Amino acid sequence: MEKALIESSRNIAIHIAILWVPNMRILKMQPKFLDKFLESLEKFGALYGPVHRNGVMKYDRIESVSELDLSGHQLPMIPVKKLFNPKQFTMLHFNEKGFYPDYSMIEKRVIIGVHPCEIHGVLRLDEIFLNDPADPYYAGLRDNSAIIGFSCWPTESSLCKSAGTDIVDEGFDLFFMNLNEFYLVWVGSSRGYDMIHEREEFFEQEVSHEDMRKYIEWRNKRNEVFKLEIDFGSMPDIMELSHNSEVWDYFAEKCLSCGQCTMVCPTCNCYNVSDVFDVTNETTGRRERTWDSCMFVDYSLVAGGHNFRESRADRLKLWYTHKLKTFGSEYGRPGCIGCGRCVDTCPVDINVVTVSQALISGEVPKE
Amino acid sequence: MNISKMHENPYNPEPARIVRHYDLIEDHRFFQIRHVDMNRAMSFTYNPGQFIMLSIPGVGEAPFSISSTPSRPGILELGVRKVGTLTESLFQKQDNDIIYIRGPYGNGYKIEQMEKKDLIITAGGLGVIPLRSILYYVLDNRDKFGRVFFLYGAGDSNQFLFRDEFFQLKARNDLDCMYTVDKADKTWTESEGVVTKLFKNLPEIDPQNTIGLVTGPPVMYKFVIDEFLKLKIPKNMIQLSLERRMKCGIGKCGHCALDHLYTCIDGPVFTYWDTQHFRELI
Ligand SMILES: Cc1cc2nc3c(=O)[nH]c(=O)nc-3n(C[C@H](O)[C@H](O)[C@H](O)COP(=O)(O)OP(=O)(O)OC[C@H]3O[C@@H](n4cnc5c(N)ncnc54)[C@H](O)[C@@H]3O)c2cc1C
Ligand code: SF4
Ligand code: SF4
Ligand code: FES
Repeated sequence: MEKALIESSRNIAIHIAILWVPNMRILKMQPKFLDKFLESLEKFGALYGPVHRNGVMKYDRIESVSELDLSGHQLPMIPVKKLFNPKQFTMLHFNEKGFYPDYSMIEKRVIIGVHPCEIHGVLRLDEIFLNDPADPYYAGLRDNSAIIGFSCWPTESSLCKSAGTDIVDEGFDLFFMNLNEFYLVWVGSSRGYDMIHEREEFFEQEVSHEDMRKYIEWRNKRNEVFKLEIDFGSMPDIMELSHNSEVWDYFAEKCLSCGQCTMVCPTCNCYNVSDVFDVTNETTGRRERTWDSCMFVDYSLVAGGHNFRESRADRLKLWYTHKLKTFGSEYGRPGCIGCGRCVDTCPVDINVVTVSQALISGEVPKE
Repeated sequence: MNISKMHENPYNPEPARIVRHYDLIEDHRFFQIRHVDMNRAMSFTYNPGQFIMLSIPGVGEAPFSISSTPSRPGILELGVRKVGTLTESLFQKQDNDIIYIRGPYGNGYKIEQMEKKDLIITAGGLGVIPLRSILYYVLDNRDKFGRVFFLYGAGDSNQFLFRDEFFQLKARNDLDCMYTVDKADKTWTESEGVVTKLFKNLPEIDPQNTIGLVTGPPVMYKFVIDEFLKLKIPKNMIQLSLERRMKCGIGKCGHCALDHLYTCIDGPVFTYWDTQHFRELI
């Protein structure tokens, strides 16, 4: 009881802090206006969001907002990173005169239904791709995409509470908090402001104490639902101390080097580049970029065939160094944003939970 | 679409012309190249130890160390070993042919740290290519540095790169050159044995006033570093340059990751002290 009280007062403190973020406005919206409002966003760009296609949930371009699954109970299989760093695209064309960039994939978009952890994932990728010199494709897609965040409900695998990514106070244009009776709507950018400004009739300017109490209740209830947790705070030290741990050999023994963990992880950024000639021509063609995975066997081969990360153990160590220790720079944060996808995806149960537990206890999981 | 024009495209390579080339040894070729845009050629500058990404359209792109010194602007020099697709295609090129380059990338040698100090520049095999840049930089700015020892070892006399050039350097009295090959033949006049054997020919060293540089094949690092440590040179005064696969050169593609660092932007030059955190290094 006491713990719950402390917890809830801590939450109030956190949320008051969020409410007071300068320039961040909160409005209220009745659910009946939602679809109409979202449809109105079309003038800001092509609409994208989580939809079910052939039994798989994915971010995709939508024809109508009725296709969207905004329930927040499930994450699309491939994270929203694919809309900023596409799986495959043409970076440059070449001909006899040289190379020239291709920006044709950059379009104006509004991405609806992005969960808080996913927004955190994009903010982590920003640290890589927008770091000087910025990646012009990623930067172009970022500049031209509005992000409409939506609140969500934890799944069996969610780790966002442990990762501190279950709430978000930047990285979106609008954020919809679904409290069933109504939505609280955070306005996070001037583009977000333009969006609501045109449709003021849908929004109530007054958010009462009672509304905020409901919100905090919702948060407390949500906090109870998490099934998994990781002590992220102690992981950097544990990673450092576990470099020679046998735990790595155990996981390496099982790993299939399939790379699925990399495809589904929101903060995996690696890519490969290759040149392709146009079929009809011997002098013109394109330089293409494709997602790559450090889990693939040939990833770190250097000329001469000397493979610095010969063993799978070393490849796993690199992956988990980025996820659990630091990502991008020495003082960077760990890359894991707790989405739980690796937990659901790895065919042989290698994931942030099993790995961190094994490293903490020094014991491998029981079969 | 036009918004992205605001961002420069760092992936878009610039045309450069092959001005001259010749074979160093079998399958190892020396290239002099120059930006087609003359203003660019003259204003292009870099630090010794940096690298460029070289492209051949339709074939691909790969990193190569700049082997010339920024103290002699206008021309970039490369030493390339033929190992695979891109390098084979580069070896087909003739003088006046166009290739594409972007860069310079990476940090380069820590010159500030080297100033006023004695230098032990230690190269093995192909590692001499990036070290040649700092060697000539030092010779062109000779009064800024203390004594200079240049130690270079190759497999045999047929694998010794820049032989004429480096043997001419022996005539200089402001530089102490020591050369060795693992296996000597009749034409070889210098030492025989691995490069670490040359350390016994060094005069007295003041370890607090000496910088050790080393680049070579992976197996060499450990042994050379041991020699530096025996001389009591502090770990943070030993500089080494590392090779990893690289696809972007600008910290985006992830291929060159070493622990939490990217070799292409945090390296390729590291001090031995820096690298002690990475256990997969050497
Ligand atoms: C910072 C830096 C500086 C460098 N400086 C120089 C230099 O000055 N001179 C120089 O000659 N080289 C240098 N290199 C190495 C050079 O980049 C490679 O030799 C070059 O990439 C080879 O390209 P390639 O297409 O000819 O060979 P590839 O066809 O890519 O491969 C050649 C060989 O390398 C191995 N290999 C490489 N990639 C793969 C893969 N994906 N799968 C399987 N095997 C693979 C194989 O054994 C293969 O036989 C440098 C590298 C770095 C990172
Ligand atoms: S950890 Fe799992 S998902 Fe990742 S490569 Fe290995 S087997 Fe595949
Ligand atoms: S490591 Fe796993 S839980 Fe963490 S962000 Fe990546 S996929 Fe999600
Ligand atoms: S070469 Fe791409 S990150 Fe270093």
